[in-house]
This record gives sequence, C-alpha cells and structure tokens, in this order.
Amino acid sequence: MDRINNNEKKRFYTVFKIVATILMICLAASLIICMFDMPRLFSEEHPGENVVAERYIESGIEETGAVNFVAGMILDYRAFDTFGESNVLFAATICVMVLLLGHKPSDRSEHETVPRTVKNDVILKTIAKFAVPFILMFGIYVILNGHLSPGGGFSGGAIVGSGFILAAVSFGFDRMEKFLNKKSAGIITFVSLLVYCLAKSYSFFTGANHLESGIPLGTPGAILSSGLILILNICVGFVVACTMYSFFSLMRRGKI
Amino acid sequence: MDFIMNFPFFSIMICMLAALSSFMLGRKAAAIVAKGAIFITLVLSVVLTGWLHVRGESFVYMMGHFPAPWGNEIRAGELEGVMAIFTCIVALLSLTAGKTSIRTAVDKSKQNLFYLITCLMEASLLALIYTNDIFTGYVFIEINTIAGCGLIMIKNNGRAIASAVRYMVVSLVGSGLFLIGTTLLYSITGHLLMENINSSVAEIHASGNYSVTITIITALMTVGLSIKSGLFPFHLWIPDAYAVSIVPSSAMLSGMVSKGYIFLLIKLIYRVIGFDVFRSTGVFDLIFVAGIAAMIMGSVAAIRSGYLRRMTAYSSVSQIGYIFMGIGIANEAGAVAAIFHIITHGLTKSLLFMSAASFTGKKEDIKISDLKGLGHKHPVSAATFSAAALSIVGFPLFAGFIAKMLLANASFTEGWRMYGAICAIAVSTILNVVYFFRCIINLYAYGGFDGKEDETAVVATEEPQFAPTRYEKTIHGISVVLLALINLYIGFAPKLLTSILTKGLNVFD
Repeated sequence: MDRINNNEKKRFYTVFKIVATILMICLAASLIICMFDMPRLFSEEHPGENVVAERYIESGIEETGAVNFVAGMILDYRAFDTFGESNVLFAATICVMVLLLGHKPSDRSEHETVPRTVKNDVILKTIAKFAVPFILMFGIYVILNGHLSPGGGFSGGAIVGSGFILAAVSFGFDRMEKFLNKKSAGIITFVSLLVYCLAKSYSFFTGANHLESGIPLGTPGAILSSGLILILNICVGFVVACTMYSFFSLMRRGKI
Repeated sequence: MDFIMNFPFFSIMICMLAALSSFMLGRKAAAIVAKGAIFITLVLSVVLTGWLHVRGESFVYMMGHFPAPWGNEIRAGELEGVMAIFTCIVALLSLTAGKTSIRTAVDKSKQNLFYLITCLMEASLLALIYTNDIFTGYVFIEINTIAGCGLIMIKNNGRAIASAVRYMVVSLVGSGLFLIGTTLLYSITGHLLMENINSSVAEIHASGNYSVTITIITALMTVGLSIKSGLFPFHLWIPDAYAVSIVPSSAMLSGMVSKGYIFLLIKLIYRVIGFDVFRSTGVFDLIFVAGIAAMIMGSVAAIRSGYLRRMTAYSSVSQIGYIFMGIGIANEAGAVAAIFHIITHGLTKSLLFMSAASFTGKKEDIKISDLKGLGHKHPVSAATFSAAALSIVGFPLFAGFIAKMLLANASFTEGWRMYGAICAIAVSTILNVVYFFRCIINLYAYGGFDGKEDETAVVATEEPQFAPTRYEKTIHGISVVLLALINLYIGFAPKLLTSILTKGLNVFD
C-alpha cells in the first residue's frame, strides 16, 4: 500500500471534518423538519392512541395478570422482542469475552490497578459493608416486584450487578471469586437463558397452536401472580447482573 | 392449523438453543451441535418452502397468546423460505470448509464461542427474514451487528480488532438511522406491525399529509440499511472486515449477513412503506444511481488491489451494487432479479472466500502475482475458484449469468433506467473479467510452482500444525464442490428459483 504522507493526512482530515459537519447538519435539519410535521404527543388525534394501546391498558391486567402494564407488555404481549433483547445482552457478553478473555493487562496498568483494589481504604470498606447488602436487597426487590411496580429484570439486574461491582472494588476480586467466578457466572447465565428460552418457547408454541397454556395467572397484585412474568423477570435479572459484573471484571483484569 | 406452520419458529429456536448450549460445551461438541442445528434448520426450511410452493400462499404465525397488533408475529412465504434455505447453506458450508481456519487462527478456549456466535447469527438472520414486525426487525438487526463484530474479532489480533471496531461504528450508524426511521414511522402511523403500517401509510399518502416526513423516513431507513449492507459510498468497512477475518467469518459476512439487510430493505419497500408510496418519494432513483456507482467503483478498486482476498472483498462491493441497482429499477421483475442475485452472489462470494483459503494457507492474504501455479497444487480449490469467478463475471451456464440477464431484462420497460442499467452491466462485466481472469490465468500459469525448490520453501514455512489435515482437506473439498454444483444447478435450471421468487413476491403485499 502506498505511504500516505503527513500533508495528505492533514488534508484528508480537513475534508473529512467539513463533509461530516455538512452531513450532520443535513441530518439534523431533516429531523427538525420532521418534528414540525409530527402529530402532537398526548393529543386525542395522536395515532399512537389506537386499539393497540387501548387493549394494553384496558385488559392488560386480566390478560397478563401483571399490575405493571409495562411488564405485561414486554414480557407477555411482545415477549419475542424482549427475548431478542436479552439475546442482545448475551451476544454482547460473548463478544466482550472473545475480546478480553485471557487478555493480560500490560505491566504498567497492572502496577496501577492491582494495589488499588486491595488497598486498605477504610472509608470505602466501611461504607460498602453497609451499602452493599441494601443495594442487593433493593435490586432483588425490584426484580421480584417487576410485575407489580415499576422495575423488572433489566433494572433490578443492573442494581444487583452494581452492588457486586461495588463489593468487588472495595473487598477485592479474590473474595468475590468465591461465589461469582467464570464457572458459576457461566452456569447462572446459561441456566437463566435456558429457562427463559424454554418457557417462552412453550408459551409461543401453545399460543400459536391455540392450546391452553395451563399456567395460572393468579390474583393481580399478589406476589405470586401473572404467570410466567415473575420467572422471566428473575431470569433476566440474573443474566443482567452477571453480565454487568463480568463486563467490569473482564475490563479490569481480563477474566471473570 | 398445520403442524408444518411451526417450522419457522422451530428453526429460530433450534439455532438459539444451539447457541446457548455451545456456551457450556467444549469446542468439539460445540462444532457438532452448531452444524447439527443448522442442518436441521436447513431440512425444516426445505420442507417448509416445498410445502409453501405447493400451497401457493403465505401464512402468519402468532408468537404467543395474543393476535397480531398486540403480540408479535412472524410470517412465512416462499421468499422467506428460500432466503432461509440460502442462509443455512452458506452457514453450514462455511463451517465445514473453514475448519482449518477455525482450528489454527482461533484460540483453543474460544473456539466454542465462535460456533456460538455463528448459531446466534443464524438465529437472528432467520428472525430478520421471517419477521412481520418492524421493531422485531430492529432488535434482530442489533444481534446481527454484535454477532458480526464477534465474527471479525474472533481472530483477536490487532488488525482484526481494528476492523471490527470500524465495522461496529459504521454498522451502529446504520442501525441508528433505521431506529430513527422506525420511531418516526411509529409516531405518524401508531403501529409497528408491517401490514398495519402499510395500510395507514397508504391512507396518509392518499390524504396528502406528512409527505415530507414519509420521504425522510424512507430515506433514513434505506440509507441505514444500505450502510449496513455496504453500498458504495458506505463501503469502506468491507475490504478490511472481509479480508482480515478468518475464512468462515468472511464467507458468512459476505454471503449472508449483508444480504439479510437487503432482504429487510425489500420487505420494507413492499410490505411496510408500500411500493407506490416508496416510488413517489424518489428514493428508488437514489438507490439506482448508488448501485451503478458501486458496480463501477467497486470493480475499479478490485482491479487496483493486488491481494486476493482484498480483491474479492472489493468485488463484493460491486456485486452489492448490482443488487441495489435491481431494486432501484423499481418494478417487480427488478426486485425478483435483485433477490435472485442476492442468492447467487451469496453462494458465489462465499465459495470464492472458501476456495481462496487453500491458496493463502496460514497467511492472512496472498499477492495475486504469488498465485502463479498454485492451481496445480490445489486442483479442486482452483477449479471451484474459477467456477465462482466465471459465475461472478456472468459466464453462461453459471448462476451469475442468469442474474445479470434477469437484471437487464427487468430494466427494458423502464425508460431512462434501461440505458443506465445496460451500460453499467456491460462496463462492470468487462472490469470483472479484468480482475478475475488475472487470477485464473495466474493460478494455471506454469513457472511459479513446479520446481522442487519452491516445494521445500513452502514446506519449511508451513509448520505442521497449520497445514490442513487429510480429513479437513476432504470436507473442504466436498463443501466447495457442493457449492459450485449448486451454482451450476441454478445456472442450468433457473426456472424453479425464479418461479418461486416471482410467486413469493406476488404474495408479499
């Protein structure tokens, strides 16, 4: 390949900047034009206020058993999309593993990061000791109440995962590894996704073939209600928590 | 409801389950599971397509207990079935032909992850093909993008990671534009299901409202999908991604991944926006001109590049130009020709990459001048490479010839488009001949590899664990010959495929 000299490089970057700016201005202008043309949100004539939203709101509770409409929507009505979304997470985890697994941080960064994690930071350790249990409890609460109140597997899992990260940062990875290592994180992710996949496959199959699914919906508002949604929320929560933690761990030291 | 209607759902779920279980399996078990899953999917798709062809109409399948505008649904027609068969063939043969490359270039502890990504890719492509809901389409585009990155960077050296980053950035811009288009479309129609959007866009178009918005939406979504499939002004990620990654990755990326997006674009035109509305926005002209530019510029770039796989990657740019030109002709025959070319080009390009693997050995790429005489050392690969090259050039009896003929035929009724299309096909064909015949002549030339001196040099540089074993050589040979035979079959008897595609497109809207 021909060598590109510095002058040419400079010229390229100037042209690149100008063209990129023009393109961005065009994109922004067309979107702003669109915005003026759009129907007003929350008005009666907004096309979004149609049969679809109506049924979600009016008969959502009796059809899905979930008091939280959003949970009913994403985990029951449009469960296939959510199944795809959780596989996006799975794919992302796999790609980060491909990239970072077995990657050894260079000497300098090791020198910088490793002592910091095991340093006796009294303030951090003391606060983490109090905070971590509450963070985990709150995360579990958000996951388990996903069908009753705002929240669910994705947000609750993120809270639990951040609790794990805080624990790892303040007490060191060695102690975390005792219960969350490559093997256990892998098994948790695998089992949760497998349960998710099989449960949803069952529900898709029975739904499409017009069979009775035989899953009781329970009384709306009770903790054990809304059929599969609770189980799916727990599975998603596990996957998200493990994903968050393993991302952090992989980026920090190249292994889970 | 017939049991056979479950097959699209089964094929998606089988691939997903195979991907999941590869996570826990060793590399050998993962390879067997992945190939088995894709093979089962292939069988299911063949049965499904045959059944659909006899039945002559498409069906929708409810994903869950709620009917369409509330729940998700997938749709299967003959077009979808043919596309599913085609992606399964490419994926399966890439895995078998690229065994050596996977064994030598991928870290041992990560080989099961490669099979995992392949299965995930296949599942998401199937979902993308079968989807009847534009947001489901977006979700699976995302999986496709991430899995595509994984396919490139599984090699895990600097260049592979750099090209994966480039692929990811460009690809995310594409999916971002598609997402913006989807949200805008939702806010003017209030629907995500393809049929409902179609009817309400037709209503809006008839009433004359939102004409600017519809144009912008169409343009955004088209540009987004063409960025992801590598149309001409956005093609700069292609050569790096295809030339640097390992053999099965480049075969799959060029053969099926970029084609899935083009299929989604065709679905968008016929099932979401509606052909007449799409035509009135003028985006067809844009696609047509970009396609012609890609045909010429891709070929010129291929001539300029002196390396085999890089040249093949640039040739991909020009062939994607053909497909987009077919869509841009803006009639049904053009769309049929475009889908026909999606299939022929997917099969041919993956065959080129697989055959080229024998010549490059463990090196990443090989200079075209170094090919001299290698055809005598690898007779099977050289023969299939030549067959694929002839097919791309458009030599009669090969599938590529039929594709080019269909494209030219489709343009005859379209006024000014005819001149552009015919001239572009002529010029591009000549350019194709220039760069592919250079390779073929080099392959069969005497003087490079026929002395003993060369043999010892090759043996010395090729360490034993990098050389393909006898078993790997055999299945590589079987896979490439099989692909070449499929290509020849389509070239000899295109009637079946074209009739399926025409019928499939008729029940599309």
